[in-house]
Amino acid sequence: MIEWLMMARWSPYVVGGGIGVLIWTVFLLSDHPLGCSTAFANTAGMVECAFSHGKAREMPYYKKFIPGIDWYWMLIVGVLIGAFLSAYLSGTLALVIVPSFFASTFGTGAVLRFTVALIGGILLGLGARWAGGCTSGHGISGTLQLALSSWVAAICFFAGGILVAGLMFGFRFP
Amino acid sequence: MTLEKIRSDDRIQIVLGLLTGIVFGFLLQKGGVTTYGVILGQLLLTDFTVLKVMLSAVLVGMIGIYALKTAGLVRLHCRMGSIGATVIGGLIFGAGFALLGYCPGTAAGALGTGALDAGVGMAGMAIGAGIFARLYPFLDRVILNKGAFQSQTIPDLIGIRPGIVVIIVAVMIIGIFWALSAIGM
Repeated sequence: MIEWLMMARWSPYVVGGGIGVLIWTVFLLSDHPLGCSTAFANTAGMVECAFSHGKAREMPYYKKFIPGIDWYWMLIVGVLIGAFLSAYLSGTLALVIVPSFFASTFGTGAVLRFTVALIGGILLGLGARWAGGCTSGHGISGTLQLALSSWVAAICFFAGGILVAGLMFGFRFP
Repeated sequence: MTLEKIRSDDRIQIVLGLLTGIVFGFLLQKGGVTTYGVILGQLLLTDFTVLKVMLSAVLVGMIGIYALKTAGLVRLHCRMGSIGATVIGGLIFGAGFALLGYCPGTAAGALGTGALDAGVGMAGMAIGAGIFARLYPFLDRVILNKGAFQSQTIPDLIGIRPGIVVIIVAVMIIGIFWALSAIGM
């Protein structure tokens, strides 16, 4: 058992199957899908409320999605801890500022990487709320319910991603 | 304790969110999808790990959720979509996905393994979500409801019983796995 937990990588099919079973428990015990982008709207709302002495609570979006520490926010805290534990057990914890694949094309400059990461993050946060979900909320939880909007969203996530990645690194597929 | 009690108890839900996250993060890291190079490999179509993880989750999740629904234990939670919301938002998300090299969940996982660029991306996501909240009344009026989809689910759209669609999608996913292994991916 412990050797298995210490392995650096598991088969993607085993990992995916495990995520599928995890989603059964979420539907059963929490009666909603597993999604990761809601937490970021919560954080934005909590920060806005703190700086506006609660006035941001009156904004139409935060009336619809009430910001606070809830299941979705704790999910992200848990993901951070779970990934840390997994990397710790397999001895693959490593401080990374510029990922090697990024550095191979754009160099090891931290300012460039952080700027690109910040712009990417802003587009992810904006796009996820715009589309009503992210890779987990639409891409996994929604598609497995056979939701039409989720299949369309997942296709658009990858279409946009493949296009921009190709423009950045050059299209590599034959 | 009944399911209803568990579902409506805020404190239990906070603990369940944390526990679900820990398992999810553990699995994402073991799958390799908290790594920048693996995600970019998927978007450049040179590494299909992300697709394998996602489609296996859909295969197992779909069969289980539809079985639990038939047993009356769970409800579906599908969102209505539209061209203006789903397609435009999805493409914006995709562009961010390639630039950051992580998505919202895998970014949190990557930060847990020590990737500081993922932490910068998470700050960006909160900013992006905040921008959306500011723009929401305007976007809701001019674009989010444009080209609304007429069906909530694929079975509704094509007019076939959900059970049959589950079987068709399962066969398609297994076919994709077979095709990937046939081309040595």
